[in-house]
Amino acid sequence: MPSPHTHGHDVGERLLVHRHSPVHHLPPEVKTVAMVAFILIVVFTPPQAYWAFALYAAMLVGVAALARIPARIILPRMLVEVPFLAFAVLMPFFGTGETIQVLGITVHVAGLIAAWNILIKGTLGVVASILLAATTPARDLLLGLERLKVPTLIVQIATFMLRYVYVITDEMGRMRLAREARGFQARGIRSWPILAQSGGALFIRSYERGERVHLAMLSRGYTGRLPDLNTATTLRTDWLLALCLPLLALPIAITAIMVQR
Amino acid sequence: MTTDSLAPSLLVEGLAFAYPDGHQALFGVNLTVSPGERVALLGPNGAGKTTLVLHLNGLLTAGAGDVFVAGMRVEPERFPEIRRRVGVVFQDPDDQLFMPTVRDDVAFGPANAGVRGDELTSAVDRALESVGMLEFADRPPHHLSFGQRRRIALATVLVMQPEILVMDEPSSNLDPASRRELADIVRSLNVTMLMVTHDLPYALELCPRSVILSGGVIVADGSTRDILLDEDLMAAHRLELPFGFDPRSIPVSN
Repeated sequence: MPSPHTHGHDVGERLLVHRHSPVHHLPPEVKTVAMVAFILIVVFTPPQAYWAFALYAAMLVGVAALARIPARIILPRMLVEVPFLAFAVLMPFFGTGETIQVLGITVHVAGLIAAWNILIKGTLGVVASILLAATTPARDLLLGLERLKVPTLIVQIATFMLRYVYVITDEMGRMRLAREARGFQARGIRSWPILAQSGGALFIRSYERGERVHLAMLSRGYTGRLPDLNTATTLRTDWLLALCLPLLALPIAITAIMVQR
Repeated sequence: MTTDSLAPSLLVEGLAFAYPDGHQALFGVNLTVSPGERVALLGPNGAGKTTLVLHLNGLLTAGAGDVFVAGMRVEPERFPEIRRRVGVVFQDPDDQLFMPTVRDDVAFGPANAGVRGDELTSAVDRALESVGMLEFADRPPHHLSFGQRRRIALATVLVMQPEILVMDEPSSNLDPASRRELADIVRSLNVTMLMVTHDLPYALELCPRSVILSGGVIVADGSTRDILLDEDLMAAHRLELPFGFDPRSIPVSN
């Protein structure tokens, strides 16, 4: 459920938390580069450098404070990470080599470190992404990708997904109602053929809609690129401000790697 | 690239078209629309109305015959210019509105033509204002009503100040109030218009002249009132007035 602080209008708006902060006002491509660079630096840090991860976490807390995104918005969103952590939880119980006793349970040290590695890096990555999504409208993110020279086809596919995901889920809902109005109930494996056929019909409808949308685009002079409508220019100070994050993280990672050698 | 101000806004000459599967949809269509005219294109389902519309801005290429827009032949080298001058409003606004916000969508056409900055913003504002949707500029289209989305679809082509506005079934799926609001907007626009419709009272209300497309040819061309009152003609082409509607009961305007 979207929290009351988000405007639950649209896929792109649901994750956005409206604020006027320096983080919100940064151009999207700058924030995207800063986040990806930060995550890469985190990933390259050796897992035993516990102090480094504490500093990274403190930096993200700093960004959240600057963007005025409270923990009660960030924490629930971190739940998306849980399925990925399920594997990490199992790791200390399997493997070979040195073992230690934790609360009377025997665990493998190598597995424990591997689990910690996944847990902390995954969490930092997720929080960084949550902060990016909470401070940048989805359509601006797409604009940023376009400016970063991500292939225009990929950006356009994402743009249309953003626009049409509700149109298609509505259509799916209408098909479900039409099935159920005629007495169909999804029960067990015997209803799978019907559901599969509905899926096929939905695909055909969406494909045909795609053709009609394409005609509408051509009618208005589409030539293969979506026009860049944001006239705001990116300043060097924007880059400096955003890159503070990876530039602070980099010496931490380098030090951690040196210390672990 | 000169355009003759005396040239008809739309001139279709001997237009024939067959789909790649061999199904022939148009068998020599002739149609002239003069500047400032509002013409209704009537005809039963499968008559070739949508096929004809797709020829007007070169989305389909004729097997034979020609289309001229303001004296300019529709041919691939001129598609950018032609598509600025022929504003097609498709039937389903969800097909027409593909950008994340209303403003981006209305800006799409002029931006493709190279308009940017303040000029673009004011053109978009003017177009949205003319359909009464300016306050929704920064909303995503999904959460607007069907009637609102259709008005925005209209704005997306008005912003290009087209020579001729082509509307495919403008009144379909609208509730009576939205239908009337759209009619008010269309009347206020003062543009040349070709309106494809099954809604015969709407044709009578908005278009002094009508043509009937049936079996891939134009079979009638005249005053909307006369056509709707010609019972034999109407019956021959599967056109019927709605129950209780009598064009004779409507006073002749102008």
